[in-house]
Amino acid sequence: MDKRVPLIFEQTVSGRRGTTFPSSGISVSDAKNLIPEQFLRTGGDEVSLSSFRKEPALLAEVSEPDVVRHYTRLSQLNFSADTHFYPLGSCTMKHNPKINEKISSLPGFTHAHPYQPDEQIQGTLEFLWQLEKMLCELTGMDAFSLHPAAGAQGELVGLLCCRNYFDFLGEKRSTVIVPDSAHGTNPASAALAGYSVIPVPSNKRGRIDKDALRKSLNKDVALVMITCPNTLGLFEDEIQEIAEIVHACGALLYMDGANFNALVALAEPAKLGFDMMHLNLHKTFSVPHGGGGPGAGPVGVRKNLEKFLPDSRIVKEGEKFRTVPESSQSIGQVRSFFGNTGALLRAYAYILSLGHDGLKSVSENAILNANYLLKNLKGNFKPYVDEPCMHECVLSASESAKDGIKTLDIVKRLLDYGFYAPTIYFPLIVPEAMMIEPTETESKKTLDAFTEAMRAILQESKQSPETVKLAPHTTPVRRLDEVTAARNPILRWKRHG
Amino acid sequence: MQFISNTSQEKKEILETIGVNRLEDLFANIPRDSLFSPKINGVLRKGISEMEVSRELQSLADKNRTVAQIPSFLGAGAYHHFVPAAVPALISRGEFLTAYTPYQPEASQGTLQATFEFQTMISELYGMDVANASLYDGASALTEAALLAVRETGRRKILVSRTVHPEYRQTLKTYGKSLNIREIPFLNGTTSLDSLEKELDDQTACVILQTPNFFGSLEEGEKIGAMTHAAGSLLIVSSNPISLGILKSPGNYGADIATGEGQPLGISLNYGGPYLGLFSCKERYLRKIPGRIAGMTKDRDGQRGFVLTLQTREQHIRREKATSNICTNEALMALAATIYLSLLGPKGLEEVALLNLKNAHILADKISQAPGFELAFTSPFFNECVVRSAQDPYQIQDHLSHKGIIGGFPLDKFYPDLSDCTLYCATEMNTEKEIESLVAALKQFHG
Repeated sequence: MDKRVPLIFEQTVSGRRGTTFPSSGISVSDAKNLIPEQFLRTGGDEVSLSSFRKEPALLAEVSEPDVVRHYTRLSQLNFSADTHFYPLGSCTMKHNPKINEKISSLPGFTHAHPYQPDEQIQGTLEFLWQLEKMLCELTGMDAFSLHPAAGAQGELVGLLCCRNYFDFLGEKRSTVIVPDSAHGTNPASAALAGYSVIPVPSNKRGRIDKDALRKSLNKDVALVMITCPNTLGLFEDEIQEIAEIVHACGALLYMDGANFNALVALAEPAKLGFDMMHLNLHKTFSVPHGGGGPGAGPVGVRKNLEKFLPDSRIVKEGEKFRTVPESSQSIGQVRSFFGNTGALLRAYAYILSLGHDGLKSVSENAILNANYLLKNLKGNFKPYVDEPCMHECVLSASESAKDGIKTLDIVKRLLDYGFYAPTIYFPLIVPEAMMIEPTETESKKTLDAFTEAMRAILQESKQSPETVKLAPHTTPVRRLDEVTAARNPILRWKRHG
Repeated sequence: MQFISNTSQEKKEILETIGVNRLEDLFANIPRDSLFSPKINGVLRKGISEMEVSRELQSLADKNRTVAQIPSFLGAGAYHHFVPAAVPALISRGEFLTAYTPYQPEASQGTLQATFEFQTMISELYGMDVANASLYDGASALTEAALLAVRETGRRKILVSRTVHPEYRQTLKTYGKSLNIREIPFLNGTTSLDSLEKELDDQTACVILQTPNFFGSLEEGEKIGAMTHAAGSLLIVSSNPISLGILKSPGNYGADIATGEGQPLGISLNYGGPYLGLFSCKERYLRKIPGRIAGMTKDRDGQRGFVLTLQTREQHIRREKATSNICTNEALMALAATIYLSLLGPKGLEEVALLNLKNAHILADKISQAPGFELAFTSPFFNECVVRSAQDPYQIQDHLSHKGIIGGFPLDKFYPDLSDCTLYCATEMNTEKEIESLVAALKQFHG
C-alpha cells in the first residue's frame, strides 16, 4: 500500500468549498466603499484571493471531507507517544493523560480573552496563582513566572533576570559558564542575552570537572548554567559544593530543569543550591509535545531575584485574584499576554491528579525504568559512565560503529521494530551516543520488547548488515536525503516546481 | 490518580534484575538535606481521582465569564473568531498531539508534511518567498525579525511605530536591550511619515510596521516601504492573517520580512496562549532565519518526503552562534492554522475578512452616532477602531460588564495620551443585534 499522501494543494478542485460563512452581503468589489482601494488586493497588481488568475492562491480549494481525510491520513504517518514507545532522551515523552485534554478544552477556559477585566476571569487567575505556588513548593523556589512559552525562553528570562540583578548590584559581569554536555539552547540563550559563553569540561565520571570550573570562575562570571540531572542522565553529586564555589565568587547558579522528571517531589533544587531554574511543563508535567510545541517553560527564582521577573504577576487579595504589573526592576515582557495558559492548565490538572505522593512515584519509577534499560542493554552498548543513572541513560554504539553500523543505522532500524528512536549524537561528548528515556509510564513488558529489539538489531548488524544500513524499510518513506534538502532547499510547494 | 503501568510485582522484578535491594539505593547520591518534603498548609495535596479533578476544574471554569457566554468587543491582538469543528477534532488526534519535533523524519511524515503545507500557505498569504515552521507568538516573531535585520545589515538602530502592538514593542525592548530602538509617533492613528523620514538614516537596520495596526488602522505600507528601502533598511511588517483575505499582502508593497500573530487562524483565545508566531521573508535571508524549517526531499527509492532542514542555523548544532535560541515552537498551533486555512480556502478567507470589515464599520457607524462618543481617527480601518468618549473608558467598561457585555479595550494602559479612548473590535462573531445592544448600553451610560 502506498502510504504517501498528496499535498493538500494537489487535491484542489476549483470552486470546491469547506467552511462557509453567513453572507456578509458585500463582495470584494464593495470593500472599496469602506476602505480605499489602494489597500485592497484588487487595488494593485495582485488580484482578489479567490478570483481566477494564472497562478491561483496556494490556499487549497477542498471540502471538509477532503480536509478531514487528508489530515487524518497525515496523522497516521507519525509515530507518537499515544501509538508507540517514544524513548526520546531529554524530552520526557510520557503518557499525556486524556483528562488534561478535556479540562483544557472547557469553554470557560478556552474563551477567556487576555484583556478581560480580572473580575470576569477569576477561575483562570485562580488556577494560575495555584500553579505558581505548586511549582514553588516542588522546587523550593520563592517565586515563579509562568510567562515563558518554552524552555529556551525560560532560559532567556533567567539570564535577563541575572543581568538585571548584577546591574542592580552595580557589578559588571559578562560571561556565563556552560558545561560541554549542556543542551544547545543554554549557550544560544546566553549569547542572545548578551553574554559570552565559556564551556567547562566534564570529568571521567561524567560530571562537571570541579577543578576546571574553579579555574574558569572569576568576577566576570555572572551565571553558571547546569542541567540537573545532567544530559548523561547522572545526578551532579557534588552540586552543593559547586554551588558554594559559584556563590563564593558572587555568581549565580541556574538549573536547566529539562530533566526534572528525575527529581520531581524527590529533591528540591533550591536546597541543592540553585538560585533560579526553569521547568519544561511539556516534559515533567505531561503537557503534550504537539509535534514540537506548544510547551511552557516557567522560571523559578529565589527571593532576591523575584523583583526582576517578567511582567505581569498574579496576586491574591482576600478571596480575589488580581493581575499586577511587576516592579520597575522587572526585565519587562518576553511575549505578548500572560503565557501559554492552555499548557499551564494541563500541567495544573496533572499536578492535582497526582498530588505530591503521585509525583514522587513519577520520579522514582522514571529512575527505576531507566536503570532497568541500562542494566538490560549495557552488555550490548557501552554506557558512558558505568553506574546507576537517573531518569535516562546514555549508551554508545561505538563498538558496532567500528564494523560500519552507526548509531543512526541502529535507530533507523528501531523504527521498523515499532519503536521511535532515542535522542542520538547527544550529548556531544559521547561518541555514537544514544540517550534513552523510558519515563515512568512505560511498563516492564514494553521495556523488555525494546531490549529485545535492540539486541536483535545488533545480531542483524553482524548477520545482514545491509538490512540495518538501509533501514527503515516499513515506514511511509525510506531513509531521506537530508543533505540535498539543505543544499537545494525546497521549502514551499510551487505548482510547477 | 497515577499513570504508572508497572505493578508492584513487576517493580520487584525490575529491582531484582538491576541488582539493588531498595529503590532508594538508585538515588542515594542525592544529598539527604535536599530531599523534598510536602509543606505544612501547602497548596500541594495528595493525588485525587479523575472524577474529582474534573469536578474541581469545571467549577473553576464556571467562575469565568467569557466570550463563550456574553458578547465581546475586545480585540487588541487576540480575536474571537469562529473555529470550525474540524480544527480541534483533527489537532487532538494523538498522533499529532503526542509526537515531538520530527527528529526522525521517516516516522514523522505527518507533522513534516503539514509543516511544509503551513509554510506554503503562510508565504503565499503574506506574499513572501519562504516561511518557517512557527515561533512562539506575534511578539516573538516580530522581535526575531528585528534581530534578523540587525544581523543582515550590521546596523543597530531600529525604528518601530508606536502603532505597533504595545506588548510586541515591550518584547522587542526586552530582547533588544543593547539595540538603539526608537519609536515613531502616530498621527490620526497611523505612523507619522514626517517623523519617520527624520529618524531614517544609514544606521537604521529596519522599520517595523503593523498593519492593520494596533488601532485597527491601515498603514501606508507602500510609501513607508519606499522610504525604508531608500535608506538601505529592511521593512518588517506584522499583519493579522485574516485581514490578508482582502488586503494587499506585505510582500506586494515591499516587505522584506512579514510576521503575524496566527491566533485568528482557528486558535482559541485561551487567555493569551498558546498562540502562533508567523514568520516569513524573502529568500535571500533564508540562511539567517530563526526556528525550524521543513523541506522537501527524496528518500532512497526516489520518493518524495519531508525533513527538517537548514539545521546548521539552529541551537542544537550551532550553539552560541545559532540564529536564535528557539527549540520547541508552536507546531500544533501551526497545524491548527493549516487546517483552518484548508477548510476556508481562498473564498472562505475572503468571506470572513469581509464580514469583519463590514461588522466593524457597522459598529463604528452606530457608536459614533451615540451622543458622547466619536471615532478618534479618520484613517481607514479593518476590524477595530478607536472610540473617544466623554466618559471615563474604565467606567464604561464596568457599566458594560454589569450589562453582560465585554466592552472594548481602554487604551490608557498603553497610551496615556489616549486615556479617553477605547479600542473596539468586531469580528464575524458579532451580530448586528449585539452591536445594537452595545450601543444601547453606551447611550444609557451617557444618560
